Amino acid sequence: MATLRELSHREDRLEGGHRLCAGCGASIAVRQILLGAGTDPAIAGCATGCLEVSTTIYPYSSWKVPFIHNAFENSAATISGVEAAFKGLKRAGKIPADKKVKFVAFGGDGGTYDIGLQSLSGAMERGHDMVYVCYDNGAYMNTGIQRSSATPKGAWATTSEVGKAQQGKQQRRKDLTSIIAAHGVPYVAQGSISHWKDLTSKAEKAFAVDGPAFLNVLATCPRGWRSAYNKSVEHAKLGVQTGYWPLFEVEEGEWKLSSPSKALIKAGRKPIEEFLKPQGRFRHLLQPGNEELLSEVQADIDAYWEYLLKRCGEL
Amino acid sequence: MPEQKTVATTGNSVVAEAFRQCAPDVVPAYPITPQTTIVEEFAKFVAQGRVHAEYVAVESEHSAMSACVGASAAGARVMTATSSQGLALMWEELHIASGMRLPIVMANANRALSAPINIHCDHSDVMGARDTGWVMLFAETAQEAYDNTIMSIPIAEDPEVLLPVMTCLDGFITTHSIDRVRLMDDESVSAFVGEYKPVNALLDLDNPVSHGNFAGLGGPYFEFKRSQREAIDRSKAVVERVGAAFSELSGRPFGLIETDMMDDAEVAVVVIGSTAGNVRHVAKQLRAEGVKAGLVKIRCFRPFPYAELAAALAGVKAVAVLDRAESFGAEGGPLYLETRSALYDAEHRPAVVNYVYGLGGSDVKLELIRSVFTDLSDIATGTPALHGPVYLGAR
Repeated sequence: MATLRELSHREDRLEGGHRLCAGCGASIAVRQILLGAGTDPAIAGCATGCLEVSTTIYPYSSWKVPFIHNAFENSAATISGVEAAFKGLKRAGKIPADKKVKFVAFGGDGGTYDIGLQSLSGAMERGHDMVYVCYDNGAYMNTGIQRSSATPKGAWATTSEVGKAQQGKQQRRKDLTSIIAAHGVPYVAQGSISHWKDLTSKAEKAFAVDGPAFLNVLATCPRGWRSAYNKSVEHAKLGVQTGYWPLFEVEEGEWKLSSPSKALIKAGRKPIEEFLKPQGRFRHLLQPGNEELLSEVQADIDAYWEYLLKRCGEL
Repeated sequence: MPEQKTVATTGNSVVAEAFRQCAPDVVPAYPITPQTTIVEEFAKFVAQGRVHAEYVAVESEHSAMSACVGASAAGARVMTATSSQGLALMWEELHIASGMRLPIVMANANRALSAPINIHCDHSDVMGARDTGWVMLFAETAQEAYDNTIMSIPIAEDPEVLLPVMTCLDGFITTHSIDRVRLMDDESVSAFVGEYKPVNALLDLDNPVSHGNFAGLGGPYFEFKRSQREAIDRSKAVVERVGAAFSELSGRPFGLIETDMMDDAEVAVVVIGSTAGNVRHVAKQLRAEGVKAGLVKIRCFRPFPYAELAAALAGVKAVAVLDRAESFGAEGGPLYLETRSALYDAEHRPAVVNYVYGLGGSDVKLELIRSVFTDLSDIATGTPALHGPVYLGAR
């Protein structure tokens, strides 16, 4: 992979001056991933969401690559169309046969786990040469922090409220990364904005494969997490260290725990409270009376960790 | 005039043939009855290596139109086909395709919408898309479906237009019946549609552009919509110009509307699609019986030919508008509303009555058409006009 020195000389393909919040994890994810795209030209697409509305306010654009926003649920289908155009125009002789272009689609967890899942599954199955990136901040943040199927169990959200009858979201998260891995695409990985080296090298691998690749990236949302905007990277790091968000990759069907997570086998994972504590969306979980729910949350994380270690041949 | 080959085949088959001859770069499509054989035949061309198009076998119609939008924005010539529920599922994307000014061409096999489920012809699907900003052409026959598909490319891609075009043919009646069709040779079609020169293409990497930007928060959304309105207004002259050019090439006439026996007509029927054939047949019979019957067929529904229709109906005493779609809660079907609107400024407004007919493929028998003309003759001689819509032939 490229060294830090090399990366520091690459052009930033998402320009500053956009309207994302201070401490937003999405722009960090985009910049790290586009660095991983190398120096080939790239075309990016983005689902409706914070990232899209905040970076493309007409007549401005923060994107230094050709960009398309279509709608909420179809970032994958849209970029698959762009990639198909590239193939068709090559066959027509209108684009040189040796021309290389990278195609990347972005979406939040709402646009990926929920409304865009069918479009994503279709694009992965068809084998387009594209990278799909989900920036997972665990809720519909753009519309005001509504729960998604990526929202962690127990979390407060405006459609999974905390009250006498219910303590936040009642259901477990959907394991989207495994779902996409089950498509048998050449490269699937989970990364975090807190581990830039790991994420950038995963992006490089994703862009290098011939065919579809999928990256699921933990991206802090200080507004939705009810957390300090100047601690976003630290909070994402706690997600990795507690095992809430293990870092791993599936390369040609081979599951592999990435080193920051692999180190936890020996060093041990931090208790989930450490991830929850700095986030206001979990405040109720740590209050008396919710011990059982909290232990359920920990048990779910332990079970997923076990599952992952098995798949990665670490058990 | 180039030599044309006469074949006996289905509407879908000649639409697929027109697709091949128009040489699209990308065809994203999803199968649905009765559109299926269009995409099947095109997929065969792909397998045979007879086309250069990238065929994207998407997992839904929503993704079909989403991929069309991506591919067209990338700079490709893009064609697709759908029907009924598929068109309904695309609804969100139909607006985005026109709003982004993408010259996508789509064939629609006109079919009823659920519920209850029904696979047969009516115009509920396309009429539901009439305000999505697409140019809409309707075919009466397989020949017209073929011709309209070819003409759609230069209409959509005209720099004065840059809008998507929908070419509509009646499900089963036109899509699946064997009809006599005269086909152009590949070279003539190729020369007629020309080479696509995209503007603001994503794949023009030296000139990066952003598509689909946010234009709210006091942004120019309103002004974008006005420019879209101006574009579809301009498309009317382009539909006529392209029609005239294709007439020269093919020997077949193409206007915004087609009039038959209208010069001295006292009673007339306004209709869209395959039923025009039934109406023409009955009107001819009635002419032989001394009834001054006539027919106006709408070929271009969007932009709607208001002035042309009003001129065609000038002097007529009673008009029946046949709608193969409902507009529940409105005064009548969509074509009726347009026709009434077209006549509002006319010097002598004829009586206009509305018939909803043939929903879900309900049979359009000749005696039903005859009964419409009988009603019109009664109205023309003083019987008060019916308050519609009348459900023609409903049991």
